[in-house]
Amino acid sequence: MNYWLIFPILIPCLTAVLIILGMYRDHLVARTFSMIGVVLNFIVSVSLLQMALHGDILTYNLGDWLPPFGITFVLDRLSALMLVLTSVLAFFILLYSLGGLDRQGRHFHSLIQFQIMGLNGAFLTGDLFNLFVFFEVLLIASYALMVHGGGATRIKAGVQYVAVNLVGSALFLIAAALIYGVAGTLNMADLAVKVAALPASEQALLHTGALLLLVVFAIKAALVPFQFWLPGTYGNTAAPVAALFAILTKVGAYSIIRVYTLIFGESTAWIAAPWLLPAGLVTLVVGTLGILAAKNLGQLISFAVIGSMGTLMIPISLFTTHALAAALYYLLHSTVAAAALFLLVDLIRQRRKDHSDNLTAGASFAQRGLIASLFFLGAIAMTGMPPLSGFIGKLMILNSSREENTFLIWGIILSMSLLSIIGFAKGGSTLFWKTTPANEKAQPVSTSVIPFISVTGLLLFSLMLVLFAEPILVYATHTAQQLLSPTEYIQSVFSLNKEAP
Amino acid sequence: MELLMSATIGILTASGVYLLLRARTFPVILGFALITYAVNFFIFAMGRLAVNQPPIIRADVNQYVDPLPQALVLTAIVISFGMTAVIVVMALRSYIETDTDHVDLK
Repeated sequence: MNYWLIFPILIPCLTAVLIILGMYRDHLVARTFSMIGVVLNFIVSVSLLQMALHGDILTYNLGDWLPPFGITFVLDRLSALMLVLTSVLAFFILLYSLGGLDRQGRHFHSLIQFQIMGLNGAFLTGDLFNLFVFFEVLLIASYALMVHGGGATRIKAGVQYVAVNLVGSALFLIAAALIYGVAGTLNMADLAVKVAALPASEQALLHTGALLLLVVFAIKAALVPFQFWLPGTYGNTAAPVAALFAILTKVGAYSIIRVYTLIFGESTAWIAAPWLLPAGLVTLVVGTLGILAAKNLGQLISFAVIGSMGTLMIPISLFTTHALAAALYYLLHSTVAAAALFLLVDLIRQRRKDHSDNLTAGASFAQRGLIASLFFLGAIAMTGMPPLSGFIGKLMILNSSREENTFLIWGIILSMSLLSIIGFAKGGSTLFWKTTPANEKAQPVSTSVIPFISVTGLLLFSLMLVLFAEPILVYATHTAQQLLSPTEYIQSVFSLNKEAP
Repeated sequence: MELLMSATIGILTASGVYLLLRARTFPVILGFALITYAVNFFIFAMGRLAVNQPPIIRADVNQYVDPLPQALVLTAIVISFGMTAVIVVMALRSYIETDTDHVDLK
């Protein structure tokens, strides 16, 4: 038992409740408390990373109910990594939102805290049904954040987003029920044991449940053919919210990594692998074509996110140590790069009143040079050019896929990288270079430096990923090894039980 | 009983999917309600169907029905109830702002 494990859930939960109870009228107090919550969450996440660094797997049983009967939280290297990523992203996006976004609606700060709570819970839980519950927590917060700021198109897109995710939730319940019906448990570690020991007569139902679960995670991760909801959602919501949503697709990727290494891994002959590889490749192609066809910058980045999910899914589908390590590195990179680009979309939208972020030639705008340089860096990271982290991520993915289907994987990743460079270059040159002299009567924009600190911070994180590539890669490799030998995880979960199940 | 149960789940799901595909907000919400019912029945059935068996341990009974799916159904009902409220509010707002109840963006 390690009580620290509950803090990443408790801190945002209590902060959110406090803000709802009495502070939302006073912006300054709400901002202060929200920031304190996020910083505390960051400190706890980093100390949890310290605890997981040497390979210990820590558990916390809610109410001291022993697994498989109670609700178990488990911290391993992967969970710790995701917690830190969430807290870093949340910090920069909250910082950015202080520029004025948080005043567009009353409950922004509590919603963002609930979102963090759902994310942290999903990364920590060791129970399939509890994963569903935390998915719902983060989704409910995201429904409200998605329509934050209002507007007809945004609300309409919001209805679609809710509808798609309600279908996803229904499928999740059906899949969880099927798995429970066959295995008789929903605790992940217990499932891993029970699934391996199931008789052949039960395999058909089990596989149905496992693949239905893959559909649910694929909806979350926006894999083809379930990618259609993402551009409408990310393109129509407030751009900083879309930046926060960059981590939502990674929840899908995290769940795929967790469930299909621990429960449906070796014992079911890597059941997800034959579906994930083609899905990843097609997703990458669809995302990249979307980048070329996008009509505005928000859409362009949304399709880039879809493309990066495709790239991420290719190494995951290989289920080898090197490939999983490459996937984890790429996951860190693609989240921060997408977030930085979405924040830039917001800066551009504020400055181009009549053109918004449409990819059409318009008047020059304030701080055009600075924003263009930041966009240039973000695009370099996102498309995978040296010297930023996308390059190393893609290089590692290519390196890890040298054994099977090499020509297919290399061909698609490399050609799609080229196409996405063309797409980003086209979009950037239209926005920043084909400008007419600035309109004298242009509306004044806020000259606050906070938004730029936030964007630069995210880009610096990308640079850090390059500078500290070796320690991060070592950590990722250890994480992958830990994931591929689930015995350790199972033993840790049941370490308090007197007899093994 | 098995036939009745599976037919109920099947018909509810089919009607729900049909309503969802109408792509107008009110049918979509009703469709969700039906699908939710179907899912709840399905979870319930996954604890195996039994008649006259208690879900709690008592000294005088030795035949039990699995209590866990019933607890799961309870959670699922609460969550789907909240979700229905959310989508009703958003659908209303969308209707007020756009004067149409079509779900598609164009």
